[in-house]
Amino acid sequence: MQEVKRRYVVPGDKIIEGSFRPLMNVIKVGNSIIATRIGIAETGRDGVKVIPLSGVYIPRVNDIVIGKIIDHSSLSWEVDVNSCFSAHLPAQDVFGRDFSPARDDMGRQLAIGDLIAARIIAFDRTRDPMLTIQDKDLGKIPRGELLKISATRVPRLIGKRGSMIQTIEQATQTRILIGQNGIVVVMGRNVDGVKLAMRAIRMVEEEAHTANLTQRVKVLLNVPDTPQIENTPVTQTQSSQKGEEIQSAIEEVEEEIEEGEET
Amino acid sequence: MNQTQNQIKNLIDENGKRTDGRTADELREIKITVGVVKNADGSAFIEFGKNKIVAAVYGPREVHPKHMALPDRCVLRCRYHMSPFSTDTRKNPAPSRREVEISKVMRESLEPALILEDYPRAAIDVFVEILQADGGSRCAGITAASIALADAGINMRDIVSACAAGKIDNTIVLDINDTEDKEGVADMPVAYMPHLEQVTLLQLDGILTPEQFNECLDKAIVGCNMVYEIQRQALMQKYFGNETELKEE
Repeated sequence: MQEVKRRYVVPGDKIIEGSFRPLMNVIKVGNSIIATRIGIAETGRDGVKVIPLSGVYIPRVNDIVIGKIIDHSSLSWEVDVNSCFSAHLPAQDVFGRDFSPARDDMGRQLAIGDLIAARIIAFDRTRDPMLTIQDKDLGKIPRGELLKISATRVPRLIGKRGSMIQTIEQATQTRILIGQNGIVVVMGRNVDGVKLAMRAIRMVEEEAHTANLTQRVKVLLNVPDTPQIENTPVTQTQSSQKGEEIQSAIEEVEEEIEEGEET
Repeated sequence: MNQTQNQIKNLIDENGKRTDGRTADELREIKITVGVVKNADGSAFIEFGKNKIVAAVYGPREVHPKHMALPDRCVLRCRYHMSPFSTDTRKNPAPSRREVEISKVMRESLEPALILEDYPRAAIDVFVEILQADGGSRCAGITAASIALADAGINMRDIVSACAAGKIDNTIVLDINDTEDKEGVADMPVAYMPHLEQVTLLQLDGILTPEQFNECLDKAIVGCNMVYEIQRQALMQKYFGNETELKEE
């Protein structure tokens, strides 16, 4: 995080001049780097990028997303992943290589309307995203409350090393699954806890770009202030808990992106 | 002839003030609010003098009908529409020839600013609704639409600012209003990308000499730069509040 220069930019703003590497949401025009989105520009040693503050979700390979089954053909499911491209989950991925459309009933495994956590294994300009649920802790999500937030707010909701989401989970006794596509599922036995968690998530979404957000979330959740919370490592004692697993997987993917995110 | 001379004279009085009290180089008052349409991905409301316009952007989203999709880039679709109550006499809400044309020029003026190659096989829809019209609504519409596109988080090379200039009473003036448009000699709407210094829209209704044309274009570009400052402020206000510099924590 050394020598990172930050500033607010709107599209068209010149961030810096000179031989810097354009990383994300920037273009090179002549000798200068130009921002293409509204956000926070970061000039680091490895290059220049803009952390966007608005925008819809565009899939990326290895993203963990939460999607809804909207249809199926004889060979694959069509999944709505909250994007302008609908994703495909091949039946072979679920049934194994010896899948036969004549023998296996696809509706038995995943019905239309089911919610799944999945990873994007392939996506490029020419083809729609391809999903897999063959990874640990991916697959059907049986219950929970569904929320949609802006995909640009996901890193903020997770927080540095999962600090924000851990705070919310611990204070409300819930499990929270977050997809990179901005779909969030809150699970918990206690209705009030779930409601409170949802309020906290909404608050994070609305005030994502403001400073001291973790503090205000703690006030909302009635958590005594413990400044050390960010240094506690992510505990993974119950490996059977899907939420934590998916969340930690997301964190890994997010690591580089949200390192620069203010806290 | 005498009659017309009189009318033209009336557009600028002896103090050099125009019908609405502006000087030749003065814009009407501009107010932009970002993010007014909750269901849209990006939106803006602009008050450009007496013009009141809402612009809303949806997308990138799936293209329907599917055959319209382009394999290498995004489809940009624009709709400029005047509400029936936006003018003095009721306007038929069906799209008129004029509205179809403005929708097209609006699309063409926004396209160069967008990096459409980033979203292949998708579509971006831009809706511009004129709630109250007072001349120069296409410029105000482009200005608002460009802010709405930025608000929607679509990759852009630059913001598009638009402003008209024209000729009334043998004087080149900035930002023609409804009366000046109807009674004046020439009206020239210009859309411009301030950082790239490129013109994306240039129309001219009326007659100008080559010298007047150059003067008019220069004046319009100066106007666009003034509009840009207001656009930028509005965007900054929505996303960063009153802070302009990022505070390091």
